[in-house]
Amino acid sequence: MSDALVPPAGKLGTPGTSAFSASTSPGATGEAGPLLSARNMSVTFPVGSPLAARIRHEQRMLRAVDGVDLALGRGEALALVGESGSGKSTFALALAGLRRIDGGQICFDGRTLPARRSRADQRRIQMVFQDPYSSLNPRLTVGSMLRELVQVHHVVPAGQVRSYCKELLELVGLGEDALRAHPRQFSGGQRQRVAIARALALRPDVLLADEPVSALDVSVQATILNLLRDLRAELGLTLLLISHNLAVVRHLCDRVAVMYLGRIVEVAPTEQLFSDPRHPYTQGLLAAIPRLSDDAAGSADNAPAVAGDPPSALRIPTGCRFRTRCPIAQDRCEREDPALAAASGDQGHLAACHFAFAAMPASVPRQREKGA
Amino acid sequence: MTDPILAVRDLHVQIATRRGTVRAVDGVSLEVASGEALGLVGESGSGKSMTLRAILGVLPAEARVTSGEILLDGVNLVPLGNTDLNRIRGPKMSMIFQEPMSALNPVMRVGRQIAEGPQVHLGYNKARAAQRALELMRRVGIPDPERRFRAYPHEFSGGMRQRVMIAIALSCDPEIILCDEPTTALDVTIQDQILRLLAQLCRESGVSLIFVTHDLPVVAQVCQRVAVMYGGELVERGEVREVLLDPRHPYTLGLVRSAPDFEYVRESLVPIPGSPPSLISPPSGCRFHPRCEFAEEDCRVSATPLRPLPGGRSTACLHYERCQEAAAADRVRR
Amino acid sequence: MSLSGEQFIVPGGSALADLEVLPADRAAQPRQARRWYRQPALMAGIVIMGLIIATALSAPLLASYNPIALNLNATLLGPSSHHLLGTDQLGRDIFARLLYGLRLDLAVGCLAVLFPFTLGTILGSLAGYFGGWVDIVIMRLVDIVVAFPFYVLVIALVFVLGPGVRSIIIAITLVGWVSYARIIRGEILVAKRQDYVVAAQSGGLSSLRIMGRHLLPNVITQAIIYAMSDIVQDILAIVTLGYFGLGVPPPTPDLGSMINDGQNFLTTHWQLTTIPGLAVVVVGLGLSLIGDGLADLIRPGQS
Repeated sequence: MSDALVPPAGKLGTPGTSAFSASTSPGATGEAGPLLSARNMSVTFPVGSPLAARIRHEQRMLRAVDGVDLALGRGEALALVGESGSGKSTFALALAGLRRIDGGQICFDGRTLPARRSRADQRRIQMVFQDPYSSLNPRLTVGSMLRELVQVHHVVPAGQVRSYCKELLELVGLGEDALRAHPRQFSGGQRQRVAIARALALRPDVLLADEPVSALDVSVQATILNLLRDLRAELGLTLLLISHNLAVVRHLCDRVAVMYLGRIVEVAPTEQLFSDPRHPYTQGLLAAIPRLSDDAAGSADNAPAVAGDPPSALRIPTGCRFRTRCPIAQDRCEREDPALAAASGDQGHLAACHFAFAAMPASVPRQREKGA
Repeated sequence: MTDPILAVRDLHVQIATRRGTVRAVDGVSLEVASGEALGLVGESGSGKSMTLRAILGVLPAEARVTSGEILLDGVNLVPLGNTDLNRIRGPKMSMIFQEPMSALNPVMRVGRQIAEGPQVHLGYNKARAAQRALELMRRVGIPDPERRFRAYPHEFSGGMRQRVMIAIALSCDPEIILCDEPTTALDVTIQDQILRLLAQLCRESGVSLIFVTHDLPVVAQVCQRVAVMYGGELVERGEVREVLLDPRHPYTLGLVRSAPDFEYVRESLVPIPGSPPSLISPPSGCRFHPRCEFAEEDCRVSATPLRPLPGGRSTACLHYERCQEAAAADRVRR
Repeated sequence: MSLSGEQFIVPGGSALADLEVLPADRAAQPRQARRWYRQPALMAGIVIMGLIIATALSAPLLASYNPIALNLNATLLGPSSHHLLGTDQLGRDIFARLLYGLRLDLAVGCLAVLFPFTLGTILGSLAGYFGGWVDIVIMRLVDIVVAFPFYVLVIALVFVLGPGVRSIIIAITLVGWVSYARIIRGEILVAKRQDYVVAAQSGGLSSLRIMGRHLLPNVITQAIIYAMSDIVQDILAIVTLGYFGLGVPPPTPDLGSMINDGQNFLTTHWQLTTIPGLAVVVVGLGLSLIGDGLADLIRPGQS
């Protein structure tokens, strides 16, 4: 019988207690503390040639992630939602240790992670990527890819490597023959399964999924989403799901964080975010989602949910960064950058808007700046 | 329908390949009235893009229309040669694509690209065409058009580029615009803006649209009628609200059930089992039958053309009542 | 809703996105096995080179005379049943010299490609993968070498090191590595952005392993194609060096010196120069065909 991969029957359905979760971690905190958190994290990229910048005495820094505080609880499924340019992918890569951080820190299991992670730390946070066609090495068979990871990290004793790889594939719904196959022989959905199996091979605590289904056909998306949901239940995985599709998020996640231009603008439990969004961007985002019950006439009549284009990340607006597109922007919004804060009673729902929990200002909104 | 702007009759498009003949479009008939937006929905491999390209006359080299008619204002486009096609099709029909960056000329200024159409097809002189271009840029919501006129495509954001493409498509005052997944690559807030723009244009200028997409709710936001394609064939057609909320074909039902919809949060997303059919040797009878939960013996054997149902809709399913019941049961559960 | 046990399905027509004209049959079957024997250029090249290599290898069997044996009684004879291609001005059998010369030149040519290939690939990978200082230093080295014309540098080096096979190989290595380095570096710069490389990094694999096992196999094909034409160039270089007297010292036969020696007899006994010259041309043709054939094979179907 497979050793530690599939937990014994009695333990199914109790997330966090599965033997698959790394329970041998030193310094494990109690259930209370968050498993993975970012504190004031920022990631910047220099843009343009350094030589030109030096001549002009300026540094054009693109602040992809600009001071983000976010915590993932053990066993939780958190969604990170945002549009292109929001910095969500960069954030995930930084969490996974694949991008250098330029400010703030990442804490995992009670410890701050250093810039260069040890191999033991690296394996505990794994990632699934968006494009199934470039995320698998075309030259390696599935089996050799999995074996390499398992052997390098000594996940299981040498004699059990093959059966372990078989079980990994079973876990994601693929047969044993897949071991001998090359990625080009699979469809998009199947490749994503392989990618998920690879991510799970090292028995991570946290799985970061960056738009895992957006490159797939609609009917196939459902299989992968269901798979992720089942794996969470069976293995007690902690999941950070990045998506621009709020409908996908609703089916899978407990909490949602909304990101705009490098900052988190709202965090709340899923249903609460959808029923009572507090930040104007979230409200706009929700209103912009097309629904099956929409109709063309209504569409033509009403103004778009959010007007204008997002500003360039090289020229982030002063004060509140959303003010250029915000329907209720006031003078105050240009001067003060709102912090991500909660209403007094409910610490679970945070929003970065001066008027998030206060009464909406009824006065005439300031003239909106022209879009970029 | 009184005198449709565009009528497609029994269109067949085939592609010759090493492995056999791919029947990309197999007997599709459509009609679009003046000022109407028709949605064409299907997943990859359904033939929807091929249909669109056949209509516009820009099929890839290996593909051919093997039979059928494409009637634009009564004129059949299929047998026409290139010069005739350009003359007739040019001012009346235009297309917008999914990737504006590859559809726009990166080394030509945007204003000039918009002005090109009227110069070539309507005989405008340069100044008049430039005026028209500015008007169009304002119409599609590009701010600061005088300055943007001289800009290059790479200076625009994705949403703005799509607006430029729409302006180009409108430049000769066409009767119909073919849209091939124009918002798939856009963020949801930008998509919202573009869809509303298209719906407005459709209503105000009376231009017709054929809108191809795989995203069901998007169709709802722009179109009045929708046709669903599967494996190169049409499987259902009708008013948008009816088809999407009360489907009469198991494939449409499957699409609706498997797509995460924002409003109706289901317990579980139900994927459609199996995989899309081979277009070289499609399944016998109804092409969907290997994946269909309601399939019977006759589904494997009989041909399944679209048949009209009361109320102006049609379906290709032989047992659509079962589908109707299942859809009703779904609604109750919500 | 587990679909375990489902055979991974070859996506028959489904990978046919509406615009994708060639269906997934290319994805279904191993690319090389199906197509390589159908490439006319490649096959022609393989046949030519196969014949040449076979003949060169069997030189001891085919040549009935010792290629360096002088026979001053039988100089400048035309082709006959004794001497298939006649004799040269010192009575040596041309056919035997041709065979042994081919053998030597081919062997040196291959070696002369192997070392630059290896050195260039290693340095190019390091430059491409690590970037930063490593990249800057290596690329400046490349710039320095490239500033000199190839032959000037090679001839200068051989002159300094003294003629002989060893010097030739060293010289060509020191000059020829740069092309490989550039090719590999360029390919790696692109390839390292692919998700599967990021995934390997995420899996905690060491840089060396990622470079060797994940990146190189995917980028090496371009370098191999270049190597094919490089063999031709190196053989030419050896021939040229031989022509200048900086090649293989006499009396060992080598195509270059044969061409050089035969020059004086061009008007009377043109076969002394022309035959080794033709041999060089044919070898060049064969290798070029292989290179082209490989390039055609690789280019359209890079999965």
